[in-house]
Amino acid sequence: MTKDNRAIAQSFIDAIPHSHALGMKIDFVGDGEAHMSMDYDERFIGDPATGVIHGGAVFALLDTCGGAAVISHPDHNGATATIDLRVDYMRPASPGQRIRAVATCYNRTRSVAFVRAVAMDDREDKPVATAAGAFVTGG
Amino acid sequence: MALRTPEPVQVVKQRRDDALAAIVAAIPYIQFLNVSFERRGDELTAVMAYRDTLIGNPALPALHGGAIAAFLEVAAVIELTWATAWAAIEDGTLTPEAITSGHQFALPKTIDFTVDYLRSGLPRDAYARATINRSGRRYASVHVEAWQDNRDRLFAQGTGHFLMPDAKSAKAD
Repeated sequence: MTKDNRAIAQSFIDAIPHSHALGMKIDFVGDGEAHMSMDYDERFIGDPATGVIHGGAVFALLDTCGGAAVISHPDHNGATATIDLRVDYMRPASPGQRIRAVATCYNRTRSVAFVRAVAMDDREDKPVATAAGAFVTGG
Repeated sequence: MALRTPEPVQVVKQRRDDALAAIVAAIPYIQFLNVSFERRGDELTAVMAYRDTLIGNPALPALHGGAIAAFLEVAAVIELTWATAWAAIEDGTLTPEAITSGHQFALPKTIDFTVDYLRSGLPRDAYARATINRSGRRYASVHVEAWQDNRDRLFAQGTGHFLMPDAKSAKAD
């Protein structure tokens, strides 16, 4: 992916108010795959005893990254919407660490795109969460 | 047998409201999402008051799927925490101070959460109620329904599994 593409994708993400509020960054996007990240922020804490960020913030990153993967597919036109998304929380994200998500649109039909995604902190060999879902394709 | 003097209604309400407020205030992400809880007896309704930062599709406009998911998950976790703590709140063994300090109190951990997006979320307040369908010693299964204008027209529903705080300290098999 060229730097220009990433800038376009980032401006697209910045235009989504909720993704912007969570500070989501595009690290790569193209051919049905998207990499995004989100810095640790104390406002995102879900468990005050440990400082671990809320599952909902991780869910939001995986959902946005999944949508970006769908849109980046060469056959895709227009926007998308999530039909359903399941997130499995494998372990708590380490407090203070950035969360990275990688989403792949591994199958598409005329109306549905199927996505898998994974979220990691600094330990890339042990996922924080995985996700699987269906998204609407252009139509 | 002499009748016991019933507890004044304000004392009962204050105790429950203070405990609920302490649970909700402990979680920063609930504040970030602008979610609050309304209580009728032990029944809770989560309210996500509309804010522009909750938007995911500015063209429609529609709420962000991630904000909806987090809202549902928050509603499920608070319902589960509330239901589990209810008896201890009522008999006075769990005080708001104890909840805030976090010593006698731990939150359930989400194992998995699935969200079904039924229609797009409109740019206005959203409501959710959670039902605990299974509550075991180790884990619980919770279903959440969310609506906006019309209770019968859900815009999202979710199901999640949660590891109970006691099971967490117990040795996993």
